[in-house]
Amino acid sequence: MSRIRAACACAVTLSLALAATACGGGSPTSGGSDDSPKTLTYWASNQGASIEVDKKVLQPELDKFEKQSGIKVKLEVVPWSSLLDRILTATTSGQGPDVLNIGNTWSASLQASGALLPWDAKNFDKIGGKDRFVASALGSAGVQGKDPAAVPLYSMAYALYYNKQMFKDAGIAKPPATWDEVVAAGKKISKGGKWGIGAEGSNLSNNIHQVFVLAKQHGADWFTADGKPDFTSAGAVAGVKQYVDLMAKDKIVAPGNAEYAQNQSLSDFSKDKTAMVLWQTASATFKTQGMKEDEWGVVPAPVQSGAPGQGRSTNSMVAGINMAVFKDTDNLGGATKFVKFMTSDPEQKILNKAYGSIPPVKSAQNDAAFNVPAVATLKETISTSAAPLPQVADESQFETAVGTAVKELFADAAAGRPVTTATVKAKLAKAQQQMPTK
Amino acid sequence: MTTTPTTTVERSAEPAVGPKSPKAAGGRARRPGRIRRFGLPYLLLLPALVLELLVHLVPMAMGILMSFKQLTRLFLRDWTTAPWSGLDNFKVAVDFDGAIGEALLKSFVTTCLFTVSSVALCWVIGTAAAVFMQESFKGRGLLRALFLVPYALPVYAAVITWVFLFQHDNGLVNHVLHDQLGITDKPSFWLIGDNSFIALLTVSVWKGWPFAFLIVMAGLQNISKDLYEAAALDGAGMWQQLRRITLPSLRPVNQVLVLVLFLWTFNDFNTPYVMFGKAAPGAADLISVHIYQASFVTWDFGTGSAMSVLLLLFLLVVTGVYLVLTSRGRKTADV
Repeated sequence: MSRIRAACACAVTLSLALAATACGGGSPTSGGSDDSPKTLTYWASNQGASIEVDKKVLQPELDKFEKQSGIKVKLEVVPWSSLLDRILTATTSGQGPDVLNIGNTWSASLQASGALLPWDAKNFDKIGGKDRFVASALGSAGVQGKDPAAVPLYSMAYALYYNKQMFKDAGIAKPPATWDEVVAAGKKISKGGKWGIGAEGSNLSNNIHQVFVLAKQHGADWFTADGKPDFTSAGAVAGVKQYVDLMAKDKIVAPGNAEYAQNQSLSDFSKDKTAMVLWQTASATFKTQGMKEDEWGVVPAPVQSGAPGQGRSTNSMVAGINMAVFKDTDNLGGATKFVKFMTSDPEQKILNKAYGSIPPVKSAQNDAAFNVPAVATLKETISTSAAPLPQVADESQFETAVGTAVKELFADAAAGRPVTTATVKAKLAKAQQQMPTK
Repeated sequence: MTTTPTTTVERSAEPAVGPKSPKAAGGRARRPGRIRRFGLPYLLLLPALVLELLVHLVPMAMGILMSFKQLTRLFLRDWTTAPWSGLDNFKVAVDFDGAIGEALLKSFVTTCLFTVSSVALCWVIGTAAAVFMQESFKGRGLLRALFLVPYALPVYAAVITWVFLFQHDNGLVNHVLHDQLGITDKPSFWLIGDNSFIALLTVSVWKGWPFAFLIVMAGLQNISKDLYEAAALDGAGMWQQLRRITLPSLRPVNQVLVLVLFLWTFNDFNTPYVMFGKAAPGAADLISVHIYQASFVTWDFGTGSAMSVLLLLFLLVVTGVYLVLTSRGRKTADV
């Protein structure tokens, strides 16, 4: 009896314990083919307010494509939280979509896995040439010096959104252009349950976007020229400290923001609880949360001093979505045609208008819709003062390691523990040790 | 195809009918073939075996294989081509001076503390509730149904609700503890920092105790009422009845219950993942999410698999020792 029970227990143990290792994979074929030229599967990232909104935006365009080309596109909108896991699974099994959206910061990581079709000159010719795209957007499509792993689809940039009424109430005449002005304005506002600026302390990607820019402004990159992590340089430490200090020292960020990860800072902004947020294309969210368009203003994201520009005056990462073709596609020709369609001038205008983003295709940017003040600020930022996140194969690990370090520092700040240059440096050193060495 | 098993069942059932059955008496019975007699149970087990093989054993074997490979992002597309790394992945995982090993050890210790606390609390609350519910009273059925709600709710919905309750600014927990009762000087953080351990434990116990309650209640049904009556006659009070009758009689049930709770809690992935996402605060960094992070976030499936294999070995040893200890105890008790 006890043997049977032992056997049962072992079976239970084995099955439970190895759930984590149960990540298998097949042997994918070596490249794409044209075996099923009439259909395509497309994984779209969730861009709109909900998956339903995305389907409503995309389906008419896919129908249009079917009419033109005779190719039926099966659409699946994938939420951000599971997109990368889904791509990894598809990569190992070889059972993925034909065409997919990727966050542009993942380009280099996914490029290293060999899952995506490289966009060499021949492939670019099929969709109208490389020159059609904005240079900074192309810079976020893969490691420099290699054929891009994807094609830019939507571009976005960070800007400073401010609540006009709250600024007026605090007697602030003009929106801040530098960090000193942000802190000064924030201090005037932060009292009586109102706060200067919002943060998403537990959102790793958002943390990365902010400290990437701040480190740039202190003259530091997160990786050396040959792609090795360099997280403890004076500039990187200063950048992280400056960001966390908005809560720890300047006290213009509500301590509760340390646990925000679901865009709660945007709701606080809409409810007049915080006066500023640094965000990429937030207009649509404010609208759905009941704010009128004239209640907020948009200015370029702050710099240390002077005006936004290249180098130390970089004030945004190049945010955006790229479109990639899965190497194992059974419809290589159709996939390329679909990418051409989605990056064509008319589609770029329709899609980017719907999502409040900027077309990474130069000729589509001339449309009047992209010249209204809010959008023009973003457009200007992308073309003049934004830099792509480090395009290295370890980018996704960098986001986790450094993003977590910043999250922990925010937790310290919220609990009232001191955040010093030494504690920041120690956290970043630990993050660096966690980076892959192979 | 459909007729074969039926016939086999009939035939193999014949011996049970006995020599006096009419068929046997009529002399039509044939001696069942050895293969039929011995093969049938295996044949019936075959579908389950095949499924077990596909669902558990093959992935497990692949996981073990992966733990010996240098399976990084570069080989994701065809992992079989990843070079062998021997014991390197294991060395990285147990190198407690390195960042990866140190973090794994910390996560392991946290998980042990968490599991022991959670299982103990689940067991105590579940047992207390089950004993309490033995007496029949008005509304018992309703209360019993209510007790099972946490067990019946979908994990995601339940845990997300807890996340709302634990929020710093608008959460009910801080509202009650700080605003209403004034127990804490200022609103606490439950989802970040050190308190996250308490928050995670609360949710885990809330989710786990109804199972203990259910199993103990089933166990209590099997204890004869006569024992209690006899004990009462001998002057044993409620506490003595609990110690001398209820708990010893529940022993076999508790053995399985504690083991299952232990394994579930130790491997629980959903609760911490839904509560904290892929980067849990240090105080609540359970090993399942830690390994997930090593594999799926760092894209180092080799080291992740090695960590899983180590975890498997640990759980096998613990389970083995537990079974030996508890069955030895029972034998002594039987004597």
